[in-house]
Amino acid sequence: MEFVAQTILNAVILSSFYALVAVGLTLVFGVMKIVNFAHGEFYMLGAYTVWVLFAVNGWPYFATVVLAIVLVGLLGVACERLVFRPLRGNLLSGFIASVGLVFVLQVAVGRIWGVGKMKPVPAPYRGDVVSVGGVSVDVQRIIAFVGAVVLVALLLLFLNRSRTGRALRASSQDVEAAELQGISVNRAAVVAMLLGSAMAGAAGALMAPIMSVYPYMGGLVVWMAFVIVIVGGQGNIKGAIYAALMFGFLNTIITTVWDSTIAALVIAVFMLVFLAVRPQGLLGHAE
Amino acid sequence: MRNSRTIVLIVLVALAIVAVLVPYVSSYYYTDVITMLFINIILVSSFRLITLTGNWNLAQVPLMGAGAYSSALITGSLGWPFWLSLPLSAIAAAVIGLAMSYPLARTKGFAFFIASYAAGEAMVLCWTRFKVPFGGWTGLVNVPPPGDIGGISFADPTPYYFLTGIIMAACLWVMYRLARSRIGATFHAIHSQESLARSIGINITRYKMLVFVVSSFFAGVAGVLLVHRMWAVEPNQFGWVPTLYLLVWAVFGGTRTFVGPILGVTVLTVIGELLVPLAEWVPMIYGFILILTLLFFPEGLEGIPHRVQSWFGKTRTRTAAPGEVLSEGQLTEGQH
Repeated sequence: MEFVAQTILNAVILSSFYALVAVGLTLVFGVMKIVNFAHGEFYMLGAYTVWVLFAVNGWPYFATVVLAIVLVGLLGVACERLVFRPLRGNLLSGFIASVGLVFVLQVAVGRIWGVGKMKPVPAPYRGDVVSVGGVSVDVQRIIAFVGAVVLVALLLLFLNRSRTGRALRASSQDVEAAELQGISVNRAAVVAMLLGSAMAGAAGALMAPIMSVYPYMGGLVVWMAFVIVIVGGQGNIKGAIYAALMFGFLNTIITTVWDSTIAALVIAVFMLVFLAVRPQGLLGHAE
Repeated sequence: MRNSRTIVLIVLVALAIVAVLVPYVSSYYYTDVITMLFINIILVSSFRLITLTGNWNLAQVPLMGAGAYSSALITGSLGWPFWLSLPLSAIAAAVIGLAMSYPLARTKGFAFFIASYAAGEAMVLCWTRFKVPFGGWTGLVNVPPPGDIGGISFADPTPYYFLTGIIMAACLWVMYRLARSRIGATFHAIHSQESLARSIGINITRYKMLVFVVSSFFAGVAGVLLVHRMWAVEPNQFGWVPTLYLLVWAVFGGTRTFVGPILGVTVLTVIGELLVPLAEWVPMIYGFILILTLLFFPEGLEGIPHRVQSWFGKTRTRTAAPGEVLSEGQLTEGQH
């Protein structure tokens, strides 16, 4: 019983992390129609911000998290202006350019801070493990979970309630109709990229004390996020959240019973089968 | 027309003469580099076949790995000869391609990239995870070189160079004829006018699966040649970085013409040799080449003749960016 409760708790925490990364990715895809492979590197840069400022220079942890969110968001905006905007409308070119960006950022980080050793980020609240009835979880995971849930909830609130958020959703559904309503596509793209990248940076910053920090840490995460975006329905935020829950549980259960490589394999095959049966995703609409 | 055909013939003969002379005038090292180039030319040309239908398959390098692993197992574990293993392994890659193509041919755009990437990753994960028979992280060693023929040992770089060159020429010839055939024209029709192609009775899904199978076959051939040059194989060889290189070759050369990707891989191999002292920086340099090509030179190297012409005001033409389809009028204009 305790084992089951522990597994469920782990799965919920993992799902919240998946949701945080995937929601940003699907927002960027929905509004800009850009398949951004560099999203994983934005996540990596969020973690590096925390490592450099918190672990090395001793700044307060939460300040570095906020800074990581802001910095990575701004980097996303810079990428939008310099790389993605000129390529808008060409899915393939945008995607390939983002692959180029992946390698530029990986090598840059690797050259500046070295590739060999993992960067240890100490837990900001060391040694505090909360145990209730045999189920235990360390404080940093609770912080990451709460942070992820709050950020995703804020994003949903923004998209549903604010004028800019509704404009984003409009241009995600139909760019031309949105333009006819006077919504600037360029502005929507900047906001989407700012928020989407900031979510990736936040995920990296929140997970830095738990995950190992190294230049290639984004690869596995972005790949999982892409699977979630596809299965949830491309550009569909709610679908991404459902899919994140689904894969959080699937991954945790398989990893607990077998190992993480088997989990990755099962997830890849699952997605291929899923696409063959339902190409538009959980909540997507057929073309 | 006759004139341009003569020029092509002269260029091909000249290239063949140079290729024959290379092992005798240069070192083993450069013979080896060009052997590798031949293998990559097969790979990038097989990749171009898929791009004809407008999809960029991110599992192409793992499919090459499928050919490599299959040949390592057939020659190493079963002890069958290379000459039997070459066609068998290429067919093995084609069969895996067929299995993959079932879901992939039903997706396009975003989903196709991710699904093909996932399929490739799944293969690499299998090789990593299952020590029997794939050897795990360290892969398989002791892959034998091709058996001797008439006293020629293919363990030496020079005979292997000629073997690779001849197989490459044969593969290129078949792929060229295929791209020019009615089937190739159908692939192009699927890319440029999918609904029109469907309306005149073309079974789109079946053609997309066909191109996948054929292209996997040739990727498999490249993999076999690779593994018998290295005498070993490991999963890392077919990871994400080699896929980046493949994308750069294709984008930098351009995929609209048959020679574009070949030109891309050749020029970038030369640049790569110049950059050997900067090895750690190479992925970043490739990343920049990729982005800058897409931003400022979307038609790639193959677009240079048109650019030069338009500078001199002879023609005003435009070539296509990757994945972009020109309308009929632009296409005929571009072919002058």
